[in-house]
Amino acid sequence: MSGISKRYAGVRALEGVDFACERGNIHAVLGENGAGKSTLIKIIAGVVQPDTGGMRLGGSDVRFATPSAANAAGVVCVFQELSLLPDLSVADNISIASPPRRFGLIDARAQRRRAEALLAGIGCEDVNPLMRVRDLPLSRRQMVEIAKALGQRPQLLILDEATSALTSADVEKIYAVLARLKAEGVAILYISHRMHEVEALADRASVFRNGRHVETFDKGVRSTADIVQLMIGRDIAAQYPPKPAPRSAKPVLTLENLSWEKRLERISLRVGAGEIVGLGGLDGQGQKSLLLALFGVLRGVTGRVTVEDREVRPGSPAAAKSAGIALVPEDRKTEGLMLPMSISDNLAIASLDAISTGPFVDRAKERAAVERGIARLQIKIGAPGDAVSTLSGGNQQKVVLAKWLMTGPRIILLNDPTRGIDVGTKQELYRLMRELADQGAAILFYSTDYDELIGCCDRVAIMYDGRIVRELEGAELTETNIIASALNIDAATAPHAASGSAHA
Amino acid sequence: MLDDLAIRVRQNIGLATAVVLFCALYLVYNLAHPRGFSSAVLVQNSDEIFALAMLAMAQTVPVLMSGLDLSVGAVMTMVGCFASYLLTGTAGGTPIHLEIFGLHLNLGTFPGGIEGILLGMAVCVAIGTLAGFINGCIVVYGRIQPIIATLATGAVYVGIALFLRPTPGGKIDDDLNWAMTNSLGDFASTVHIFNDGAAPWFAPLAWIPVPFALLVLIALLVWVPFRRSVLGRSVYAVGSAEGAAYMSGLPIERAKIAAFALGGFFAGCGGLFLAIQTSSGNADIPQAGAYTLNSIASVVIGGTSLLGGSGSAIGSIFGAMILRVISFLFRIFDIAPLLQPLFEGLILLAAVSIGALGVLRVKNTLELFR
Repeated sequence: MSGISKRYAGVRALEGVDFACERGNIHAVLGENGAGKSTLIKIIAGVVQPDTGGMRLGGSDVRFATPSAANAAGVVCVFQELSLLPDLSVADNISIASPPRRFGLIDARAQRRRAEALLAGIGCEDVNPLMRVRDLPLSRRQMVEIAKALGQRPQLLILDEATSALTSADVEKIYAVLARLKAEGVAILYISHRMHEVEALADRASVFRNGRHVETFDKGVRSTADIVQLMIGRDIAAQYPPKPAPRSAKPVLTLENLSWEKRLERISLRVGAGEIVGLGGLDGQGQKSLLLALFGVLRGVTGRVTVEDREVRPGSPAAAKSAGIALVPEDRKTEGLMLPMSISDNLAIASLDAISTGPFVDRAKERAAVERGIARLQIKIGAPGDAVSTLSGGNQQKVVLAKWLMTGPRIILLNDPTRGIDVGTKQELYRLMRELADQGAAILFYSTDYDELIGCCDRVAIMYDGRIVRELEGAELTETNIIASALNIDAATAPHAASGSAHA
Repeated sequence: MLDDLAIRVRQNIGLATAVVLFCALYLVYNLAHPRGFSSAVLVQNSDEIFALAMLAMAQTVPVLMSGLDLSVGAVMTMVGCFASYLLTGTAGGTPIHLEIFGLHLNLGTFPGGIEGILLGMAVCVAIGTLAGFINGCIVVYGRIQPIIATLATGAVYVGIALFLRPTPGGKIDDDLNWAMTNSLGDFASTVHIFNDGAAPWFAPLAWIPVPFALLVLIALLVWVPFRRSVLGRSVYAVGSAEGAAYMSGLPIERAKIAAFALGGFFAGCGGLFLAIQTSSGNADIPQAGAYTLNSIASVVIGGTSLLGGSGSAIGSIFGAMILRVISFLFRIFDIAPLLQPLFEGLILLAAVSIGALGVLRVKNTLELFR
């Protein structure tokens, strides 16, 4: 494609971009959120139209008016926002664009066989095609999304943060599938914020910044540090803020024998003031349930939760809030934010008590509080009255965090807060976490990214099958140890199994 | 295999509840009725159920798309008024003239006899479908929310009905009325098929009420194919997540128009039957409103989510039957008719609560909001 430009309401999203990718090649597209990657992909996939410029596919000029026109030409996209229909079954979703038909009607049996074959092709046999997508966990939904894309026999496959919700084991399977497609001559555009994935997969990479195409280079030409610098256009001193020396802090949050259904089993954990404790392990081992249990979302939790020597038993998020607990939830679009409401409304929503006089919200106090929140997290916004949906993913996540900081929490629970966020914002979040800890907050931090856990946390509790199997601290906190504990094997006896394993 | 069955039952728990509830209520009714379990009672019940069952199906399609159609009752009423002109069955045909704004327009003669009746029925159903199609076009091309678009068109359709029948009147062919509102045996002897209904193979079927047979036929020949078509699936997809449906390249606009047109078709069938059953056309505004509200109640009792995306018209038929059987029970137990709305409301609440019992089992309260 050449000379592509696109403006949204006067804001430049892409400016004169020339870009090419070849068959049998995995091409990574890198850049911060807001760099223009998403717009580029939307233009290629026919979701939006460029203002100027043209595209060529396999030698002929093309212009896609709708996503289905792009699909018909063999351009298939796995979007960052999932495109699945929650109330339809997995089989329905996989064949949604062109279901197999008999006598003009959809052939449910053929459709099911097709779904089974495609799911097996990406090593996802554990999903029953009859299940509703609504009832699947996020990581399985993402695999279904990938199966759906592969079912459309793509010539050009675009993966936009397609691995961000996947478990390490799934990512490995996707690597294998991508290698196979590459050998078959499919062109693959790969967008990821996980640098090691890009290093492992991509043959070529292009960096975007501020709507411009900065540079394209082959694998191995540039170091990771070079690439990061190209992306953000400024030097980064250190990826993670330095950790303070270990000290014995007064525990703020103490859990004793916390159990729930069959998902959490006798969890005991202490988080002290000024401490960042990580929750690690494979996805779906109970980490998310633990955070939800502490936030009062789950019913029927047994065991003791003590906040600063006082036993609490939060029965709802409202109760948890008044006990000084904050949660940055898993899905910021549905659980974290009210997307159509303004940035200012979203920021103030959790601390309305503090800014109200009697039953009415005090506009002056609200404005002051909102301005403080925006300044503290350096959220990049147009005006506080804009809908929060107009912000980039990273800035949206900052709004979620700022909203909770305004309640003055003593305990901050973070559920994978850096998912789908650009490198620059990630680093700001890491710094902020450390700052908050230094001010005395107790932070419990779940992440699927092991690098992050090692870089940020004072201590990491590894969960397996609803239990905490190991707590790693100081020099023990290494990738090998995390992976070994996550697979619930002893690092000393099985180091080989661990070292070659997933790197998520 | 057992897994699959379990999944299917879990996903259709609303429908299953409605079926069980209906069977229980209808069993009680028949046990209490002096002539219970007889063809005559069945025929009478089917006649009273048919129109509401049709409207419940009509309402289901837009609801699946997470819209509401407030015009279903109006479409039914309007079609009924048309039917009272077109189905008179007069031998020489019916002259049609229109008086509007002081103009006298002569529009020729609508044919009479059996051909005329068949043509008239087709025209009635087509008018219903057209009304639904217009709703769909307004929603899609006017970009107006379904609830407000159909509130407006509903008023227009009632207006047309009032224009056609300022006072109740008109006439429906007597044979047609007899054939459609009795058992299959009576139908066969009226239209002289199957040896006037005396064919030996036909005897075991003769007791079945015509409206019941029609209901099954329409469900099997219209709803089931629709649900298994790409258009039908698109309707579910739009109700489930419209953005995702668009990104999957589904024909969203066509699906929306089709949903409303199909709703209009079902509502037209309901109106046609109501006119045949009552042998007249009546632009009864309160009745149109009551049918619309009852259709929404039927949809909900039948296990279709008002948020769209899950449920089926079959469930809505059971919902409509439950509502009607409740009023039958009032007659049989001789409860003061003035108390009927009060009890209907309570029973509606109870029935819907059964469907919501699952809430108590939810251990992760976040799931309540999904």
